[in-house]
Amino acid sequence: MTLAVTNLTIARGGLPVLADVSFALEAGQALILRGPNGVGKTTLLRTIAGLQPSLNGTVAGAQDQIAYAAHSDGLKAMLSVSENLTFWAEVFGQSDISNALKAFDLESLSDSLAGTLSAGQKRRLGLARLLVTGRPIWVLDEPTVSLDTASVAMFAAAVEAHLKSGGMALIATHINLGIEQANVLDVTPFIARNDVAMGSSDEAFL
Amino acid sequence: MKALLIRDIRLAVRAGGGFGLGLAFFLIVIVMVPFAVGADTGLLSKIAPGVLWIGALLACLLSLDRLLALDFEDGTLDLLATAPLPLEAALSVKALAHWITTGLPLIIAAPVLGVLMNLPTQGYGWLVLSLLLGTPALSVIGTFGAALTVGIKRGGLLLSLLVLPLYVPTLIFGAEAARRGAAGADVSTPMLLLAGISAATIALMPFASAAVLKVNLR
Repeated sequence: MTLAVTNLTIARGGLPVLADVSFALEAGQALILRGPNGVGKTTLLRTIAGLQPSLNGTVAGAQDQIAYAAHSDGLKAMLSVSENLTFWAEVFGQSDISNALKAFDLESLSDSLAGTLSAGQKRRLGLARLLVTGRPIWVLDEPTVSLDTASVAMFAAAVEAHLKSGGMALIATHINLGIEQANVLDVTPFIARNDVAMGSSDEAFL
Repeated sequence: MKALLIRDIRLAVRAGGGFGLGLAFFLIVIVMVPFAVGADTGLLSKIAPGVLWIGALLACLLSLDRLLALDFEDGTLDLLATAPLPLEAALSVKALAHWITTGLPLIIAAPVLGVLMNLPTQGYGWLVLSLLLGTPALSVIGTFGAALTVGIKRGGLLLSLLVLPLYVPTLIFGAEAARRGAAGADVSTPMLLLAGISAATIALMPFASAAVLKVNLR
């Protein structure tokens, strides 16, 4: 199984931000995306996840394979930790949430309302959601925001376990996660030149 | 799909979910009308079906801007869009959850409030039937409006302006069916048209809602 991104050109607000991005990801591999703020890492990840169309190029092997995690975790404050996780597990056709609770040390919190958790605990719950999706490709946008050192290690261990079992991970992050199987891709060389009118004006409005 | 339905209903009935909002609004409007128009029982029973229908429609409208906005703000919609569940199905389920938490309580409360409006005896059954047939269309059309305005901060006003014209056919035939029922006349024509509007919107609107939501999620 391969995730192949070929000559992908992506736009934000109708203006191209990254052009001709190409890479391939095999089972068991991770790719760390790096680049300064505003360069288009989030847009690239959203395009690969299928949340927005690309201007050009193809993403192959992503259909119904991706578990996406962004800045916001999609948690409901009035549902408990286990209710939140069970909901996402059922949406993805799974039923077992105990592994996810264990991997992110949430067992003691499983009956607390998500609204009462700290920012780091919420983030751990958001990442635990990845484990209950059963999807092979994790697309993660700044997953370590508000995590402490111990939680980052917990997260890195979860990613490594996922890779060992044949999964893939595409991670935009600024810190060193210490994942051995990870390659690093700096997206700065792909920055699009905006003198080429690639995005039509309609795209800007839509 | 079942998980999404259960989650939405559970969120609606927990603290801050706004479950009673539409019902309380309906109650207030119908209780206030006899005070405002006076205790003329003949006049009240004449306007009862129309007032009950407008009350139900506005109560439905009141809860629409929460329908998708909360899920948009906390990122749930992005995650749902990448889930195996098609967006059309997810939005149909959300409309169903909205109908169960808003439309159904209104239907149950309507006969009780009909007493306050001096609704003629033969009108109760037809009023409940017309609401039962009409309120699903209100929820489905409302979901479309919510999908259309989901990215907009304070989109409630725009949502009302967009949705109200779409509500007019449902209101006309729903209130007409209830009025004819109360007057003891034949209700079959408006009732069939009302059922037709509901069936068509339930079948077609989720596709429109999913299409505009996809555009708004970009």
